[in-house]
Amino acid sequence: MNIVTVRRIAQVFFFALFLWFCIVATVGEKFWQLRGWPVNWFLDLDPLAALGTMLTTRELYGGLLWAVLTVVLTIFLGRVFCGWVCPFGAIQQFVGWLARRGRKHMEKVALNKYNRWQVAKYYLLIALLSAAAVGLISELALLPGRNAALWAAALVLLVAWFAWLVVKRLVGSVRRALSWFVVIVFAWAVVGLVWKPPPVLTQSLQTGLFDPIPLVYRSVNLVLVPLAGGALHGERYYVGAWTIGAVFFGAVFLTLLVPRFYCRFVCPLGAMFGALVRWAPFRIGKRVPQCTDCGLCETDCEGACEPTGKFRVAECVLCFNCVKRCAGAQLVYGTVRSAAGEITSAGVTRRGFLVAAVSGAASVPALRLSGLTARNWPAVLVRPPGALEESEFLDRCIKCGQCMRVCPTNVVQPALLEAGLEGLWTPILNFRIGTSGCQLTCVACSNVCPTGALRPLSLEERLGVGQFEAAGPIRLGTAFIDRGRCLPWAMDAPCLVCQENCPVSPKAIYSRGEFRLIRDGERRVRAATETTIVVDGPELRRGWLGTGEFYLRAMAGDDQARRPIVDNTADSIVVGEDAAWRPPLAPGTPVAIEIYIELPSVDPSKCVGCGVCEHECPVSGLRAIRVTGENATRNKRHSLTARS
Amino acid sequence: MALHRPARVPRPGASAALPLPDFSVKKTGPAMAIVTGQDRVKTLRRALDALGGIGRFISNGDRVLLKVNAAFALPPSLGATTHPALVAELARLCYTAGAAEVIVTDNPINDPQSCFRLTGIARAAETAGARVVVPTDALFEPVTLPGARLIREWPVLLKPFNGVTKLVGIAPVKDHNRSGASMTMKNWYGLLGGARNVFHQDIHTIILELAMLVRPTLVILDGTTTMITNGPTGGSLDDLKQTNTMIVSTDQVAADAFGATLLGRRLTELPFITRAAAAGLGTADFEALRPLRDSVV
Repeated sequence: MNIVTVRRIAQVFFFALFLWFCIVATVGEKFWQLRGWPVNWFLDLDPLAALGTMLTTRELYGGLLWAVLTVVLTIFLGRVFCGWVCPFGAIQQFVGWLARRGRKHMEKVALNKYNRWQVAKYYLLIALLSAAAVGLISELALLPGRNAALWAAALVLLVAWFAWLVVKRLVGSVRRALSWFVVIVFAWAVVGLVWKPPPVLTQSLQTGLFDPIPLVYRSVNLVLVPLAGGALHGERYYVGAWTIGAVFFGAVFLTLLVPRFYCRFVCPLGAMFGALVRWAPFRIGKRVPQCTDCGLCETDCEGACEPTGKFRVAECVLCFNCVKRCAGAQLVYGTVRSAAGEITSAGVTRRGFLVAAVSGAASVPALRLSGLTARNWPAVLVRPPGALEESEFLDRCIKCGQCMRVCPTNVVQPALLEAGLEGLWTPILNFRIGTSGCQLTCVACSNVCPTGALRPLSLEERLGVGQFEAAGPIRLGTAFIDRGRCLPWAMDAPCLVCQENCPVSPKAIYSRGEFRLIRDGERRVRAATETTIVVDGPELRRGWLGTGEFYLRAMAGDDQARRPIVDNTADSIVVGEDAAWRPPLAPGTPVAIEIYIELPSVDPSKCVGCGVCEHECPVSGLRAIRVTGENATRNKRHSLTARS
Repeated sequence: MALHRPARVPRPGASAALPLPDFSVKKTGPAMAIVTGQDRVKTLRRALDALGGIGRFISNGDRVLLKVNAAFALPPSLGATTHPALVAELARLCYTAGAAEVIVTDNPINDPQSCFRLTGIARAAETAGARVVVPTDALFEPVTLPGARLIREWPVLLKPFNGVTKLVGIAPVKDHNRSGASMTMKNWYGLLGGARNVFHQDIHTIILELAMLVRPTLVILDGTTTMITNGPTGGSLDDLKQTNTMIVSTDQVAADAFGATLLGRRLTELPFITRAAAAGLGTADFEALRPLRDSVV
């Protein structure tokens, strides 16, 4: 069996495994449901997610330790992840193969020439990582004022490094280098001791926008699975799923034009691997400098790494098509270096590096000037249970959509611009779209999150019982009643669906009863028996008052007690035998037809913001009770109630 | 060549037929058993025995539908839903009486999958060999109930009734702010689809119409625990009171009238019961049925 067949088997295997993990990410106990399947495994293997979150948080979240394996394999073997494991790479390779099956050899060779724009992915990676590192950089700048001892240690190291450079004669002009060195140290001291950085000068993790692993997870889970439907998953809806689908299908479409377009030009994870393979002991190489130049090796070269000429180490995705096709068996994978020479540099220029790094670093503070993580926080931003405080959340969320996939009620949705541009495709709760609100007996999303943007909750912690009694339940926000739209408040219609469905005990929604005069309810008696009262005024709808909610009350005389109405005709009202007027009401007596109505209110000290009320509210357009982010546990500054 | 066809308008006569057949067993006449005891499986068995055994209601080859209350995604201990032990026992009894198939269904309020799983009903039903039907849009059909004001062209969970010959409703006794109580008649609310929450504006009428729509073989009202407060969701053991009573009846109005006593509610507070009795759907004076009383320890 040749190596290309093995690679194909690996790709099919990992792609099938990935699809299986997408299918089983459904809460349940069956074997095809989430009962212990490592559904995040491909995300865990992703070193860009690991490095990104490490830059923003200085922590490595549990499962991401798997990324070390990927890094080690890449350092030794090359971009094996790209060519053998990555599901998005496999999709592109397969689609490209389908599209170009019948194409002529020379056409295909031309498509696989290195394009200088392939360097773009490195700049994208640099920009994304520098955006993630802003906080780290500003902390470093502030070091002299924060920790003088540590700063002194850093200076000693710097001096030693500088001395080493001088001794090794690695600097041209010692005097010029020394003056630069002094200026830098001096500037650092001044900045560190004087500068007060604004709070917007902080980092944000945006790798997930382009990282192919989150991309393929969210595309399959939020677009392809719902489009496929089927018995396993029923109806699923995702707000703005078309934006996710547009990126995915756009990338797949581009592979019809250029093989592995996304991998070659965009993929920041591939760029990261490209930077790691510079010293890889194993790589593709040509045994002789001059071959027949038949070009067969480049017919199906996936990475456009030009094995026929100077081999571009960083671009090779280890598809091994060249090794298989080489007519003279001159191409091998091993420890030999290509006899025709190599290009180990990715082609990143110093100027380009600076431009990418500075724009990446400047983008986040510019975005934060909108104040969405500060006083201008968006009220509609209700995050899933377990979500960290907003800026800490943005430090971790990689937009993979796993929380949205696993949510049994489909309320966890990808945000569009609700949380600002930074929050694109991050999870937000939408209580209208799903099959229920956020169910109190569920902690699935917080436990599936691969980066801890949603920290794992136990049911006890979510409900605030047992050892969490003192902390109380996790609150996502607070429900507010829109009295202008609420049926009982605005339209004299009994309802109370919100109160009925409030799952908290004691209920956060309570009601107070009130008798209200109905429209045209002030009447005069024209004639009456003990139980049937004929009234004047506009016609009454037959039977309408007999539902058990309506009362008749005499407005004059000694007995003004309300009587429940049991039936009515167009002009007469009937009360029960046990509520008869004895003697009958005299003609001309003013009477009032009243409805007893219960009016709902929310107790903010009990409301957990689960949104079940909003989901069930019969005012089906803009709901008459809606949850916004006030009082959410994740941010004390959004408190609504005075708590000790 | 395609000719224009006008949209098909249902003929008034066609929908006048009853949307659901009458599932009651005529030969038995109204009957009711009230058994006290803590073990709901034992009290259920004793109550059925008192009425002459399950064989009086379920015959060989019957296809039985059990309409449970699976409204909320809560564990059975919180008493907000039909207890799974009752579902399992009743399904088992139906099979011993010769039933060909037992189907368990409901259109819950919370996410259906979560509800059937967390309430334990799905597992209990499957263990006993019953089939759980989780509602999907395709299982609903628009229904117009003759003489009804609210159930007109309204989606009802009808498809699971195809071929069904017997119907049993199983519901817990629960407090309910809007209607006063949620018992066996209110349990039929779970057959409604669509934007059914609008019916809360006229809750007593919709419960009355549901009782007109559904003529069950039996209703089982589980008062082993009663949700006294915070209904119908509950959510805390503090909301429950141990009332140790199981009611099995062919008359849903009588069963609910008895259930009201467990909740400590007067019939004047529960107009849906008095209106159902006035409409001839059963009797609110349950003592008139001479209920068979027993107790098990």
